[in-house]
Amino acid sequence: MTELIAQYPFFAALLALLVLGIPFGGLLGFAAVKFKTEGNPIADQVESLLPQTQCGQCSYPGCRPYAEAIANGEAINKCPPGGESTIQALADLLDVEAVPLDAEHGEENVKTVAYIREDECIGCTKCIQACPVDAILGAAKQMHTVIVSECTGCDLCVEPCPVDCIDMLPIETTLQSWRWNLPKPVEILATDRTTDKEVAA
Amino acid sequence: MRKVWDIHGGIHPLENKDQSNQLPIEFAGIPEQLVFPLSQHIGAPAVAIVGVGQKVLKGEMIAEAKGLVSVAVHASTSGEVIAIQDNPVPHPSTMSAPCITLKSDGKDQWIEHQGINNYLNLDRTELVNHIRNAGIAGMGGAGFPSAVKLSVRGEQTVETLIINGTECEPYITSDDCLMRERADEIIAGIEILRYLINPMKETLIGIEDNKPEAIAALNRAAEGTAINVVSFPTKYPSGGEKQLIQILTGKEVPAGGLPGDVGIVCQNIGTTVAIYRAIAHGEPLISRITTVTGNACDHNTNYEVLLGTPVSYLLDHSGFHQKKCSRLIMGGPMMGFTLENSNVPIVKTSNCILAPTVDELPPPTPAQACIRCGMCAEVCPASLLPQQLYWFSRGKEYEKLEDHNLMDCIECGACSYACPSNIPLVQYYRASKADIREQKQDAIKAEQSKMRFEARQERLDRQEAEKEAKRKARKLAAEERARDNNNPDPIQAAIDRAKAKKASVKSEKPAAENATESLDRARLKEVLANVEKRLVTAKEKLKQAEQQGSDNVEAFRTAVEKTNSKYLKTKQELITFNAVNPALSDSSSMPAEKKILTGDAAQDAIAKALAKRDAASSMTDEERLQNAVSAITKRLQKAQQKLAEEQRQEGEHIDLLTNAVAKLDLKLADADAAYQQFQNNNHD
Repeated sequence: MTELIAQYPFFAALLALLVLGIPFGGLLGFAAVKFKTEGNPIADQVESLLPQTQCGQCSYPGCRPYAEAIANGEAINKCPPGGESTIQALADLLDVEAVPLDAEHGEENVKTVAYIREDECIGCTKCIQACPVDAILGAAKQMHTVIVSECTGCDLCVEPCPVDCIDMLPIETTLQSWRWNLPKPVEILATDRTTDKEVAA
Repeated sequence: MRKVWDIHGGIHPLENKDQSNQLPIEFAGIPEQLVFPLSQHIGAPAVAIVGVGQKVLKGEMIAEAKGLVSVAVHASTSGEVIAIQDNPVPHPSTMSAPCITLKSDGKDQWIEHQGINNYLNLDRTELVNHIRNAGIAGMGGAGFPSAVKLSVRGEQTVETLIINGTECEPYITSDDCLMRERADEIIAGIEILRYLINPMKETLIGIEDNKPEAIAALNRAAEGTAINVVSFPTKYPSGGEKQLIQILTGKEVPAGGLPGDVGIVCQNIGTTVAIYRAIAHGEPLISRITTVTGNACDHNTNYEVLLGTPVSYLLDHSGFHQKKCSRLIMGGPMMGFTLENSNVPIVKTSNCILAPTVDELPPPTPAQACIRCGMCAEVCPASLLPQQLYWFSRGKEYEKLEDHNLMDCIECGACSYACPSNIPLVQYYRASKADIREQKQDAIKAEQSKMRFEARQERLDRQEAEKEAKRKARKLAAEERARDNNNPDPIQAAIDRAKAKKASVKSEKPAAENATESLDRARLKEVLANVEKRLVTAKEKLKQAEQQGSDNVEAFRTAVEKTNSKYLKTKQELITFNAVNPALSDSSSMPAEKKILTGDAAQDAIAKALAKRDAASSMTDEERLQNAVSAITKRLQKAQQKLAEEQRQEGEHIDLLTNAVAKLDLKLADADAAYQQFQNNNHD
């Protein structure tokens, strides 16, 4: 054996590489088939960060297509409902610079829900067809109404309404949804001097 | 003496309890108007079941619990409902919320009520229902519905029942006085709880050692029962549920867990009294003990207050000086919140009204920069890292906040108290907690929206597919029918019909365009040519027959004669036809082979040009030159005519035409010169 290697070093090296290469190649091939990832994992991760309003303000027909576009290099600042926090999360995920929201696609507004003025509704079902999350209840020539808990506030139903009876109302704060705000980060140097107001008091 | 454990951190602020615990509990009286917020607890707001103008009696339910985690509201005195509307409520938001306003009639007339003589005969679930209907919520501060806490939980067994009599926050003495004065009721209430929960190991009452009178009273009352009164060193915040559990049992409630996870149930002292009254006397929760204290009040004491009593009514009873008061606080100085409006009512969780002077509780000094001293971490009873949390909170790094267990913060305020830079740390944590909760809510909603969106998409696709299938089926059925009836495909038939129509139109077209006579002429000519051909062959055959001396010579001769006569006849016809239609006779006079009508203008033009060239080639040079001169002269004349016309009409092409005339003039001159030269050359 050693003699053979000594006699034909080049041939022996080639043989050794071949012997190593075949099983490893087979292993890689097997792994590629066995552990094949379905779909685009990055798009999935991006999608989980998007607010799923399905509003189309990003100019894509829903959150999934935008997620796929982001995975393919689209800008991350086109989602007004997500706002700065979504951009920050996407920037962290994709390890890119966080950029301010692209105003072209709308501004980050307060959260709203659609409200149908039921007296004016003519029952045309146009809003029902426009709603991406089936949050509008109704039937032809019957009054429609919005299931508030399902409404994402995407306002896609406002435009198709022929009688303009849909309003986007901001979600009101209740005692249950009220929250503390962050203190204003003013850090000034305090002095011992009492102000005039305090002296008066 | 039972062993007690210590908790991490904690602070020792001035207790300030002596001001209010010297006097026995006073009944505050019946105010003219009472306000009952529909939401005095954690969970869904109650639903009003009375109408405006309705007369209600003391203890009558005016709002019922909505759902499981909710509690009912009862009228605390008799009177008339005068409004159901939004009113300011005691809440840090200073917001308004739906409330029932009751105008008392001063009679304080009880609704018919009856206690349960022997609750031991009752089923546990029934007993819990009584507590639920009595509208009891935890009276320590948070207001968690007691019935939910006491509900029988599947497999989970309770080892220890802990009654929280700690009252660790400065100034507050309501539980202290309650324990001193109503120890028997407390013990009776605990017995009911023991029956409900059935603690396997022990029942403990935890009291800080700064309340010796309360400890003595309870010890007296608890004699001969399985209830153990445990005192331990005073430290804030020992009264936190998780902290008390640790102090009394040494067990730690896991992060994000509940006391139930370590086999413990905690109840407040006030709640035990409420439960006792609900079971033993059938009285719902309509009053509570509230401390009114602070140097801005002359009379610091504990009141038994009807729920719904305005804070201002209590303050009026206590000699309150608005000018002296720096701010009005509901709750204690550590965990309470500022009241902007003294017209808010006392609710089930209001344990203290604090009216301090400026000296007593000065307004917070402005926050300064964090000096990273680490005092906050030393005092944190939950063993968190407040400083880290502060930085993450400012940076809005919610993931890191969660990793640092922000959610285990009990918001006791010990860190803020210890902070030498006066940073309002708790406020940062509260805001960040709210942010994190909001984010989680949003995530849940997003997931829900996504599911609905996908479901809708799937439905639309399915509908489209169904439609497509139907369409296909219809088409197939139609084809089948057509085949069955032996009819041609209707579409194919229609196409055929259309084609036929088109073809007929096409064939009509040339007839319409060309004059019918030209067709006739062509036909005649064709006939003539044919006849001529036949005549020639007939003559040839006759010649052959004559040469061979055939028998058919005669027959051939007659044939030739017949053909000849036919030829002549046809020729005659053509001539007469031409005479009738003289306009086209020019072309027909041309040689026969060139007169073939092709119907193609281009072909005609080519034929004409060829004829012209033939003619030209036969011409001499002189003739050609002459022709050229005459042609150009003709064109020049035409151009001049056109120019004149244009000038007369003042057309826009005058310039162009003038140019053309000039060019033709030049050409004519050239042609003339060439002709002259040729003639000169020939003459030479």
